[in-house]
Amino acid sequence: MEFIYYFGDVFSPLSFMLLLGGTIGGLILGATPGLSPTMAVALLIPFTFQLEAAQGLILLGAAYTSTVAGGAVSAILLKIPGAPANIATTLDGHTMAKKGQGAKALQLSFLASAVGGVFGVLLLIFLTPVLSDWALAFGPSHLFWLAILGVTVIGSLDSASVVKGLLSGCIGLWLATIGFDDIMGAQRFIFHPSLGGGINIIAALIGLFAIPQVLTMFAKGRQVDGAEVIEVQKHSVLAATRELIRWPRALTIGTLTGSIIGLIPGVGGQIAGLVAYDQSKKFSPEKDKFGTGHPEGVIAAESANNAMVGPSLVPLLTLSIPGSPTAAVLLGGLLIHGIFPGTDLFDNHPDVAWTFINSMLIGQVLMCIFGLYVAGLAARVAQVPQSVMAAVVLSLSVFGAYSVQSSMGDVYVMACLGLGMFFLERFGFSAAPLVLGLILGPIAEANFTQGSMIANATVGQASYFFSGPLNLFLIFVVIASIAYSVWMELRSRRTTTKEEALA
Amino acid sequence: MKKLLLSAALAVTALSGGAALAADYPERPVMMMVSYGAGGATDFQARIVTMTAGNEDALGMPIAIINKPGAGGRVGWNWFATQADADGYTLGAYNVPHFIAQSIKGGVQYSTDSFEPIANWGADPAVFVVKADSEFQSMDDVIAFAKENPGKLTFSGAGLFVGHHIAALQIEKAAGVKMAYIPTKGGGAAAMKSVIAGEVLGGVNNLSDAFRAQEAGNVRILGVADLERSAFLPDVPTMKEQGLDVDNASVNFRGVMVPKGTPQEVIDKLAVTVPEMFKNGRVAKKMKAGGSPMHIMTRDEVIEMWAAREATLKELLAGL
Repeated sequence: MEFIYYFGDVFSPLSFMLLLGGTIGGLILGATPGLSPTMAVALLIPFTFQLEAAQGLILLGAAYTSTVAGGAVSAILLKIPGAPANIATTLDGHTMAKKGQGAKALQLSFLASAVGGVFGVLLLIFLTPVLSDWALAFGPSHLFWLAILGVTVIGSLDSASVVKGLLSGCIGLWLATIGFDDIMGAQRFIFHPSLGGGINIIAALIGLFAIPQVLTMFAKGRQVDGAEVIEVQKHSVLAATRELIRWPRALTIGTLTGSIIGLIPGVGGQIAGLVAYDQSKKFSPEKDKFGTGHPEGVIAAESANNAMVGPSLVPLLTLSIPGSPTAAVLLGGLLIHGIFPGTDLFDNHPDVAWTFINSMLIGQVLMCIFGLYVAGLAARVAQVPQSVMAAVVLSLSVFGAYSVQSSMGDVYVMACLGLGMFFLERFGFSAAPLVLGLILGPIAEANFTQGSMIANATVGQASYFFSGPLNLFLIFVVIASIAYSVWMELRSRRTTTKEEALA
Repeated sequence: MKKLLLSAALAVTALSGGAALAADYPERPVMMMVSYGAGGATDFQARIVTMTAGNEDALGMPIAIINKPGAGGRVGWNWFATQADADGYTLGAYNVPHFIAQSIKGGVQYSTDSFEPIANWGADPAVFVVKADSEFQSMDDVIAFAKENPGKLTFSGAGLFVGHHIAALQIEKAAGVKMAYIPTKGGGAAAMKSVIAGEVLGGVNNLSDAFRAQEAGNVRILGVADLERSAFLPDVPTMKEQGLDVDNASVNFRGVMVPKGTPQEVIDKLAVTVPEMFKNGRVAKKMKAGGSPMHIMTRDEVIEMWAAREATLKELLAGL
């Protein structure tokens, strides 16, 4: 209960100003395409040079919390996921916005983010010692199986056909091999210097999601003379809260999946949203509605990606190991003040540690309040005529891809992938499985290489990858997931043929 | 267009004369390329050592850090060697032995001849770490185990052809044993995690990170791969003291360089100003707080160090 003792520090005038500033600034940065939470936090580090350690961390913690949630704004309204965490949000969120329900989608996403986020931070507060053991339990073999589990999700994710889903997943896996291999340093498919570092995930996200949509909008703009004006429905916060309570399943699955997966170093943040989305789709009685603007999709994805924020800091705060790129940046923010995470942090600087954690807790609430306020205004974006909208999204895409590492190469990558995706979409392929392949490929590969090197030196491949309770459990889940997909595919085939026969 | 601008700029430079250029330099903010991501040790230190650049007694202009991460630094250094403007407004951070080892191994567009060193700011030696409850108490225990179980002693490090890998090769060579070096993806942090989680029996890591992990009670540091003991770890013996002939070839030197072709006047001015900038008291304080060992070297010392490193690494990597 130590954290309650330090609650007062968050509300001292300067700290609270920083918390407000960090939250609002974070929402804006998060909503800007191309600015991932990692970069937003890195941009703020120089400002903390002049501040006290605790205050500096308040700023960083608030910014981290709200950038993750802010990413939902561009994901829902523009179909540009700000970070891998927001991919799943676009699937149903953007469809809702297109139907004029942008305000509702944004309100749901901020409310779900707050619920997930608060739960995640509470886990960080109460269960940190237990969780740190859990974070260490995942070795190379387990991470490999986890990535394979993600691959099995590919087939069923946002695609009418399992085969097409798997195919686009394979394209993603192939794209992931481009560049220097991280472990051995071998060069693969580098035909142009800008591919040397591999395909940047943020640039790829912008290209794959935003560009096909821009092209479609331009194509439509020619045919329809007057711009079609979507009526933006007003939606009250109260109604959104009621709506959120209507879907307890999605909220629970999202929050739990996000917290558990967020904990795993190196994997968590990127796939939490997608896995939660897929799980709640599988458990929902209305699974056909997913992808057509179903509130459950938004709730699951957004509660998961904010639930991950708290647990993702467990390895950093207890073991001094940054489990995610953002955690690595936060480590820099701590070190600059001479504070070492780990026992030193909680024993010698409890004021810093607990103020930081408390600020994330309060940051979640503030983020929700400001987000809800913005939601009503932002949803009017849908009223912008399509041709104007297409131009705006296109320029934001170029800006976003360039700003990732100030490189024109990323802009070319974004444009090529976007153009390719435009044609793939016409054949019924979708971007989400492709991106998942792109994210999971390197995780699976690196952990397999590393695991097999350890295995060869010690117990041998077979027993390294196929023994131990955690390995066996993950393998079981992989098999169950494949079996489920196959069964669903067979069942839907049978019913469609029956329907066709009746017709 | 870029070519046109460049030739125009060259013409102007030629007209105004080199001496005038050096006197006016820098007239606008300077950019410094770091070939690792934001938040990494190199990025973190680069931001600290350049924070006083805007002072009147330093450059008088701020230095902005630009990250070009990827492929263990190769992406950034390739860019720096081939595309960066050699006008003195584009500086780069180097990591030795990384970029030298990569250029020897091949597949990149740079070598020591592509860059002009300016000054060195830090030296982070590699250390051998084991989990806090490990049975290994000294390097002797490690070597003894490796001798009894050839190829079975797993130890982690951040990738191939980086300082950790060089130290690993030197330890194996000095002791005449075969061990299993496991390169990890995700830098020193991932390598440290695998030691703490007990996935491997030991690991080579940065002194600064290992020092923090030891303070947190997670690991024990058995030896330093440097010529002298570190001020941060006065109780930990060097490899040499423990009978292993390992020199400082794996020490991760970090410093500032410019692309080949930068005007000599600019190089001279930077070579005088930058080491002074590193000596600033505020810089030293922040670096010490972060557990980052400083080691300031002038341009001439760095040129010598690069040449010496290249010779050692060529010999060490010849067999790979």
